[in-house]
Amino acid sequence: MLTKEEVLKLAKLSRIALSEAEVEKFQKDLDTVLGYVDELKKVNTDGLEEVNQVTGLVNVQRDDKAVMADNHEEIFAQAPEIKDGYFKVKAIL
Amino acid sequence: MESEFLELTELRKKLDNKEVSSVELTKYFLSRIKELDKNYNSFVTVTEEEALKNAKEADDFINSPGENPFLCGIPYASKDLFCTRGIRTTASSKILDGYKPPYDATVTKKLKEQKSVLLGKTNLDEFAHGSSTETSAYGASKNPWDNTRIPGGSSGGSTAAVAAGLTPWATATETGGSIRQPASLCGLSGWKPTYGRVSRYGIIAMASSLDSPGAVANSVEDLAHLAEIMSGRDEKDSTTGDIAVPPYAKNLSADMKGLRIGVPKEYFIDGMEDGVKQRVTEAIKEYEKMGAEIQEVSLPYTKYGSLVYAIVCPSEVASNLMRYDGIRYGHVTSDGGNLLEVYEKSRAEGFGDEAKRRILTGTYVLSAGYYDAYYKKAQKVRSLIIKEFEDVFKKVDILACPSSPNVAIKLGHAKDNPLFGYIADQLNIPGSLAGLPALSVPCGFGLPSDGQTPSMHPHPADAGHPLPKGEGNNVGSMPSFGLPVGLQIIGPQWGEQVVFNAGFAYQQVTDWHKKHPALA
Repeated sequence: MLTKEEVLKLAKLSRIALSEAEVEKFQKDLDTVLGYVDELKKVNTDGLEEVNQVTGLVNVQRDDKAVMADNHEEIFAQAPEIKDGYFKVKAIL
Repeated sequence: MESEFLELTELRKKLDNKEVSSVELTKYFLSRIKELDKNYNSFVTVTEEEALKNAKEADDFINSPGENPFLCGIPYASKDLFCTRGIRTTASSKILDGYKPPYDATVTKKLKEQKSVLLGKTNLDEFAHGSSTETSAYGASKNPWDNTRIPGGSSGGSTAAVAAGLTPWATATETGGSIRQPASLCGLSGWKPTYGRVSRYGIIAMASSLDSPGAVANSVEDLAHLAEIMSGRDEKDSTTGDIAVPPYAKNLSADMKGLRIGVPKEYFIDGMEDGVKQRVTEAIKEYEKMGAEIQEVSLPYTKYGSLVYAIVCPSEVASNLMRYDGIRYGHVTSDGGNLLEVYEKSRAEGFGDEAKRRILTGTYVLSAGYYDAYYKKAQKVRSLIIKEFEDVFKKVDILACPSSPNVAIKLGHAKDNPLFGYIADQLNIPGSLAGLPALSVPCGFGLPSDGQTPSMHPHPADAGHPLPKGEGNNVGSMPSFGLPVGLQIIGPQWGEQVVFNAGFAYQQVTDWHKKHPALA
């Protein structure tokens, strides 16, 4: 089973604050999930490439063309805080 | 007017012949939602005002000269994962509770161009993580055949709404079973497209290498029409294939003579309900009667599908859900602090258990030291699953098997089982990993065993998560003949036409798709 410290490290990497009770719960849950997938180790995959996509498309591109957007106001209307036409964040320095 | 279960082709005729107006139809479905949805909780948001306005516009269009687009004036509901400009879109998560997208998904745009009428947004498992709708932040949806049972998921709000006659059809999405399984449990026809057939642009992302937007409706013919409209290359989704969209509906053929149907023996797992096995076996016999050639085939890697998915899906989820930071949109904590604390608290408050579990799992299997053992290993096994399907489609044209090992289970069994989604969808996931098109079509009814969904992988850890005690013989309001069973039809990539033909042929000789629940 993952230690509490390991779960807390994952939470840190995931940017999610966890309560004490959640840490214990996810220790168990992750153990269940990782136990479930353990059987994959039995499959011989020597010499196989991993799959990155399934339909075989190659180099899909579009014209590099600027398009005017008409929804600036709607975009900023969704932001919790804006200032002078910018998204506002906490001071980082 | 008794039009709640009319097929789209019939509604089109009625609208074209002016037997009914779009406003009348829209009011009819809105009133059904108002009256009945308290029993099913299938809608998160109902868009009455916009619907009536759009219906009026559709009527004006119908009343002017010229041909009407197939969906013109026909109401529909959209899974609350499809962005609808200016209309609340939640993914059934608190983190997007008040979110009004500043743009339309490509599918939404195509349906608007048809002058469809959006009735509202349907419930789902939070961010589509689950197979019962029980992980929704807005409460579980209920199965109209027995509202003490799950409708399946994640598109369970969409299937509950169509099955209860609250909308003629609904959009849905699949990542690993989220259309086929709830369509099966609610007795509907559901289409899971080839990966890349329908644009993912504007659909809130779950696992980007798997996400496939599709639909649920009352017949396969309806689905063929919808597929024509929803499919196609999209500049805004570079994974859409530049492959022509055939007139699927016009091309429909019920001629099954000589069609080679493979029945994969691994899809009839131990513990599968007898009713499911019997109904699917009977359905396959119908094909034999129609002149199809049935042969048993073997797909030995099937049992690894859900295991691969349990690694690949959380990995992509962890990456995709990183964007919810409380800065540009979505929930922000009121319990401030520095920037890092704002991220951590906003996400802690906004995400539910299952989303957190998948994010943490994905972060773990992608982290340094574990990446090769989990993620890379899973993607290698995935290549074996793909190869196995490629080989089998050299021998057969389609595969026929059950959509789900069981009929709808009781509410409450799924909620605290971290493996529920992976196990519930074990017969759908392998095809998803290979990007294949598939249907679920209703093929009769079976009695529930009311146990846990049987698994190919009984794992000792399951014991650590006891399920609520079964309710014994208490079968709620379930009909005496049981609950819907779904036949799954899987085709090769881009093979929508042969899949639709097979589903259509079956619905020409059976009427299971015309059975509807007796509503309270």
